[in-house]
Amino acid sequence: MTAMWRRVRLILLELAVPAAVVVAWWVWSANADNFYFPPLAEILRTFADTWVFERVGTDVVPSLARLGAGFAIAVAVSIPLGTALGLSTGARRVTEPIVEFVRAIPPPALLPFAILVLGVGDAMKVFVIALVGLWPILLNTIDGVRGVDHTMLETARVYGVRGPERLRRVIWPAALPQIFAGMRTSLSLALILMVISEMVASTSGIGYFILQSERSFDIPEMWSGIVLLGLLGYLLNAAFALVERRVLRWHRGARASALQ
Amino acid sequence: MAGIAVALLLAEAASRAEVLPSTYFPPVSRTVVTLAGELGQGALWAAVGHTLQGWALGLGLAAALAIPAGVAIGTSAVRYRACRMLIEFLRPIPSVALIPLAILVYGIGLESKVFLAAFAALWPLLIQTVYGMQDVDPVALDTARVFGLRRSERLTRVVLPSAVPYVATGLRISSTVALILAVTAELVIGSAGLGREINAARAGGATDLMYALIIVTGLVGWGLNGIFSRVERRVLRWHPAHRTVEGSAA
Repeated sequence: MTAMWRRVRLILLELAVPAAVVVAWWVWSANADNFYFPPLAEILRTFADTWVFERVGTDVVPSLARLGAGFAIAVAVSIPLGTALGLSTGARRVTEPIVEFVRAIPPPALLPFAILVLGVGDAMKVFVIALVGLWPILLNTIDGVRGVDHTMLETARVYGVRGPERLRRVIWPAALPQIFAGMRTSLSLALILMVISEMVASTSGIGYFILQSERSFDIPEMWSGIVLLGLLGYLLNAAFALVERRVLRWHRGARASALQ
Repeated sequence: MAGIAVALLLAEAASRAEVLPSTYFPPVSRTVVTLAGELGQGALWAAVGHTLQGWALGLGLAAALAIPAGVAIGTSAVRYRACRMLIEFLRPIPSVALIPLAILVYGIGLESKVFLAAFAALWPLLIQTVYGMQDVDPVALDTARVFGLRRSERLTRVVLPSAVPYVATGLRISSTVALILAVTAELVIGSAGLGREINAARAGGATDLMYALIIVTGLVGWGLNGIFSRVERRVLRWHPAHRTVEGSAA
């Protein structure tokens, strides 16, 4: 009984602290009279006015479309490439210094390059998102493919599993948890690059809206955009975790039973 | 090494033969010459210095906040549960969303850069520290208890040392993140540093200079990562116990 009561108390605590922070922000900002930190009530009102659903078509949809396209390209390019590099020691050795160097460049530094080559349109933004999102997936795919259990590979060979069958049934399933870890990192990077590319050169998008609001001193609008980006980051992360748990259900199950 | 040489030669040939338009992709040799010229100039080193300054202050501030907070949160189940949801909610917020706020509150100078770098670098380090505090070998902890070590002694002699590898990894991740945000701030806000110089070179049509500066930025990132990896390996060598624990768990 006491153990259950303790659990209930911990859950209540877990909910109470964030609630308390929101209340504190509400009360403080209502009385602060600070130009840069408008009352939370006003931010929420502006949020409802701006984002439900007035600017969804003009800003949110273009932003998410760029994000989705860039991320999809990154996945589509890096998984086959990573698999090839993971399987071939020679190819890996040749490309490794290049991969290591390009990966070390802080992603925003590539933005001027993309603007120069592709201009300021959607192609540039999708390109930047894809280019930056590529590396975490690529490196994790290489590591995942290299790390496949040798017993498993040899068993597959003994049973005559080869070619695409070997990829689909042995190598990819074994590498999948690590590929997913890379995709998760890549997704949050993609969101960051989406915002930056819209701030540097754009006429639409959430990043553009926030910077524009700040420049015209529409402070509640700016805050509403920040809140929206926070929500988007949280929701994308949660959605990805959900997909990951579904796809890797077998993996977690296998792990748990092995531990018992 | 041969891979790099082949890639560079291909790029040079493609640019010379105008397969890649040379206005956008100048020959590698020209970029290298520009880079060599820049290395003798004070302006390049000043830009590198500004970027590193923003990186160091941001990472330092993040470490000063995140490591003590992580220790406090990670050592108590109640504190951990109290903060978990808040952290999980704040962490995925893309720190670049705060750029306009940083401009308003801190202006377009160093403070904005440090604020953004610190905010972004805080989360990986905090999470790593919390995990490190929670992943202590229970046998070691029980042994310390049996030997009559007090709570504070257990913290400094058992829990903290075994969390060091986690903190080291967190520092390496945060270092990368802090550098990204420093360059972003220079690019978007226009604080002094490599990001601003790259953008200026692009706007001024000096493509070979732009590539040279991108290469320098890459070298800075690569160098910092190398330093942190080396330090991390050192830290892990100081903790052979941790390595065996990790090995036996896998």
